Amino acid sequence: MASNLTVDVRKQHAGGPEISAALSLPLDTHSVTVLFGPSGAGKTTVLRLIAGLDTPDCGAIRCGDEVWYDGARGIRLPPQNRRVGYLAQDYALFPHLTVRGNVAYGVRSRASPDLLARFDLTDLADRYPRQLSGGQMQRVALARALAAHPRLLLLDEPLSALDAPTRLRMRAGLRQLLASDPLGSPVPAIIVTHARTEALALGDSIAIMIDGKLRQAGAVESVFNCPADADVAAAVGVETICPARVLSRSAGLVTLEIGHARLVAVDTEEASEEVFACIRAESVTIERNASDNPTSARNHLPARIVSVIPEGPLARVDLDCGFRLTAIVTRQSEGEMHLHEGERVTAVVKATSIRIVPRG
Amino acid sequence: MDWQAIWLSLRLSLLTTLILLAVGLPAAHWLTFSPRRWKFLVEAVVALPLVLPPTVLGFYILLAIGPHSPAGRLYAALTGGMLPFSFQGLLVASVLYSLPFAVQPFASGFAAVDRKLIEASWCLGVSRAATFFRVIVPLSVPSIVTGMILSFAHTLGEFGVVLMVGGNLAGITRTVSISIYDDVQALNYGAAMNTSLLLLGISFLVLAITYGLRRRVWAVWPTYGE
Repeated sequence: MASNLTVDVRKQHAGGPEISAALSLPLDTHSVTVLFGPSGAGKTTVLRLIAGLDTPDCGAIRCGDEVWYDGARGIRLPPQNRRVGYLAQDYALFPHLTVRGNVAYGVRSRASPDLLARFDLTDLADRYPRQLSGGQMQRVALARALAAHPRLLLLDEPLSALDAPTRLRMRAGLRQLLASDPLGSPVPAIIVTHARTEALALGDSIAIMIDGKLRQAGAVESVFNCPADADVAAAVGVETICPARVLSRSAGLVTLEIGHARLVAVDTEEASEEVFACIRAESVTIERNASDNPTSARNHLPARIVSVIPEGPLARVDLDCGFRLTAIVTRQSEGEMHLHEGERVTAVVKATSIRIVPRG
Repeated sequence: MDWQAIWLSLRLSLLTTLILLAVGLPAAHWLTFSPRRWKFLVEAVVALPLVLPPTVLGFYILLAIGPHSPAGRLYAALTGGMLPFSFQGLLVASVLYSLPFAVQPFASGFAAVDRKLIEASWCLGVSRAATFFRVIVPLSVPSIVTGMILSFAHTLGEFGVVLMVGGNLAGITRTVSISIYDDVQALNYGAAMNTSLLLLGISFLVLAITYGLRRRVWAVWPTYGE
């Protein structure tokens, strides 16, 4: 059997929501699992439980054939014996030690020239943490964690302490470093984030956490494209989530009623009549005049523009077509088509772009 | 000036400070990091010398180390001597009397160390004890120095406890403050003045260093203040 980290724990903080998490990830690859969810969902707590910095109320954590925590058997391995590389949000570098001292700090660590070079720290080796920039601090923290030969890396919002340009640069760098097996053997990682772009850029698989519960886990694309329920859809940033009623089903398609509008969507296995229709803004097309040219899209909805909000090179167009629908278009299209508030247009949505999830 | 008393006081203060360093660091560590609910009781006991009259404290110490007490009998069995009215007895009393002056600054220094640094150390496989010496102590140096200086100064100036436990034996238990008292009783104001001035000077110096250190007037680590 492949060696896995399996976590199934509960923890109730005084005054907080009950955290319950069950997940399993392989240890013999450099896979990156993103723990994704809104702030306060309990993501950091899950990392701390795995690292051994907090103790669950009950449950079990196993790493390969080692038991790290077992509430029923009273086993609790201290963090020292778990060999987990834990990166706190602000990196927690030792202020009284140089870069070299920080990297060499762990019991199994050596600040070898090789390791320093790999993290581009050779020239910084004799500096103290407060003489470093945010990006440099992150590299030191990562080098320090990896120098201790961890079996697993836990990164808590690794990019949140950086300014925006550095964050973009480090995002690519971090992915490369994690994939490059700096120790010669793969180190899987769990990364906590609440930013969609980071989840997409860094993760191989993703686990969505909302209000202390792990709601959905799987490959990043599949979770982002096929959220299991309305909460997950909202968490992964699906712009339009509307309550809908199933009118009829035939030949793998389903006709939905949303307000006065009718939509055709691809049917899922859900037997429920009351559903949510989830539509991503980028899969909504806006047409100026209802054209006579036949298109493959099943849904052409007369709509009124409620607002146009520029977002960098794109514009977010909120439409009223009996229900509220959000589209994303380029600023260019916005200009060429003269999209203004109050105008009448047609919203076009392919049946395959509408994801239905059960309601209630 | 009573150089014998000054030398005895300095010796007593120095030894007391060293013992308090050895006893106070683990005590402060326990008080800072123990999850025990009843540790406030220990905090109160450690702080007692701050509020008790020295005579009360001295009286209890005298009873506790007297020849009929378990501690006194143990000491007699081990060394053949007695603790009351001896330098060793004085040392025991001074350590207890100055305990809060060491433990409280130590503990406040430890408490100010970022918890995340301690956890980072644990996750790097470093034991709790090693983390204490490699992270907590180095980051608490100013507080530890403060505690040591305060213990030293406090022991140097103690009077009531010394009188109760040590009496007034020249070269054995006659400290500088008792020497000043003797001089004044004998209307020897000149000698009292000189010794007092010396004690005032030392005390001022010690406190100036303490407060200067707290404000980081000079570098504690080589790279501060660049």
